[in-house]
Amino acid sequence: MAFGVIASSSPDCHLFSGCGFPAPGAEIFQFDAIFSFTIGSLSFNVSKVTVLLFLAVVLIIGFFGYAFRKPKLVPRGAQNVGELGYLFIRDGIVRETIGKGGDKFIPFLFSFFFLVWILNFWGVVPGAQLPVTSIFAIPVTFAIIVYVTWVPLGIYKQGFVGFFKNIMFPPGVPKVMYILLTPIELISNFLVRPFTHAVRLFANMFAGHLLLATFSVAAFYLLSFSVIGILGSAASFSLAVFLTGFEAFIQALQAYIFTLLAAVYIGSALHAEH
Amino acid sequence: MFELATLLAAEGEEMPSVLAVPLDELIIGLIAFLLVFGTLAKFVLPKIKVTLDERANLIEGGLERAGKAEEEAASVLLEYQKQLAGAREEASAIRTAAQADRAAIVDEARNEARVAAASVTTAAEAAMAAERAQAVSALTRQVGELALDLADKVVGEALANDARVSSTVDAFIADLEKVASK
Repeated sequence: MAFGVIASSSPDCHLFSGCGFPAPGAEIFQFDAIFSFTIGSLSFNVSKVTVLLFLAVVLIIGFFGYAFRKPKLVPRGAQNVGELGYLFIRDGIVRETIGKGGDKFIPFLFSFFFLVWILNFWGVVPGAQLPVTSIFAIPVTFAIIVYVTWVPLGIYKQGFVGFFKNIMFPPGVPKVMYILLTPIELISNFLVRPFTHAVRLFANMFAGHLLLATFSVAAFYLLSFSVIGILGSAASFSLAVFLTGFEAFIQALQAYIFTLLAAVYIGSALHAEH
Repeated sequence: MFELATLLAAEGEEMPSVLAVPLDELIIGLIAFLLVFGTLAKFVLPKIKVTLDERANLIEGGLERAGKAEEEAASVLLEYQKQLAGAREEASAIRTAAQADRAAIVDEARNEARVAAASVTTAAEAAMAAERAQAVSALTRQVGELALDLADKVVGEALANDARVSSTVDAFIADLEKVASK
């Protein structure tokens, strides 16, 4: 974590020691490669990000593989928890937004929800303390996957013309309005949608992590033998703890929002909105 | 941050923007998602889907079956009650018949006993009559002989071979028998 990086880079940097506040910045999202390898002309860096990413993959596959290894009609233990997750995705997201016809997208959205959630959750796990989704490339990847799923799906289900017509010419609007509405719909659905889908998740995780890092660093920096130092340090520390709990909530919420939006996009591809 | 930035710069690393999307991270992210999605969609989630569907069917079917079972139970109860009533009727009929039988058997036995008793009585009476007749005839003969002896002695002469005597005796005996039978 940033705390460690900065603390180790400036162990004696405290208030009144003639040292400015080492506010954490973008550098806390940079990680040295543990090792690199090259495939073709592309070099892959295996860093903390990569490790946490695949650890999440292993955890998710491991947990659900274990929970659903031999599903019983009367669930016990891990199966109960797993079913809770499954039913949350099925009833809370898929059937709510797409309907019963969306049941075949449950695995897709289920994977997204739990992958995003665990990747977010690393942000408050001691030792990991990095929401992997605060690395922009990760939410971008996920948003691209969703985009290349719902757009071809819409073309397949509604026909090329029908799909674009349904999006660009929403019915129930005076014809004159299309002059204004059509470019807006086109831009918002095909350009802004994937961008906001990725940025919403990224920015939340990025900001949250930066916030946690700032207060953690502040707690360390303010720690000195003075009233203002001790009070400030204690306040910063309390805030860091509080924000950690808050972040845990935001992480789950953002995973839910990401998945819900993916479901809404798929739903809009399956049947025309409006 | 300043220090770190200079540190990084000193190491000759230009810090990339946080909005940078390196191709390798994109590919790694894609691989991570495909791993999760592939495994869950192919091996893990179909199992739980089947189980959940099965459970839903079971619950629906269970309700249906419960309704059917209730109906069946009602019909079985009705049938049972009918059978019970029939059995009761049959039992009472059997009891009545048995009572009639018993009366008939008792009557028959009584008649038989009466007949047997009567025949025993008759036989005994016949035997008694025969014995009485025998006794009477023996007594008559003895009385005759005694009378004859007595007359013999009284008259003082032997009348044994005399035909007249013999007929007199016979007549006497006949008289005696007449007296006896009176």
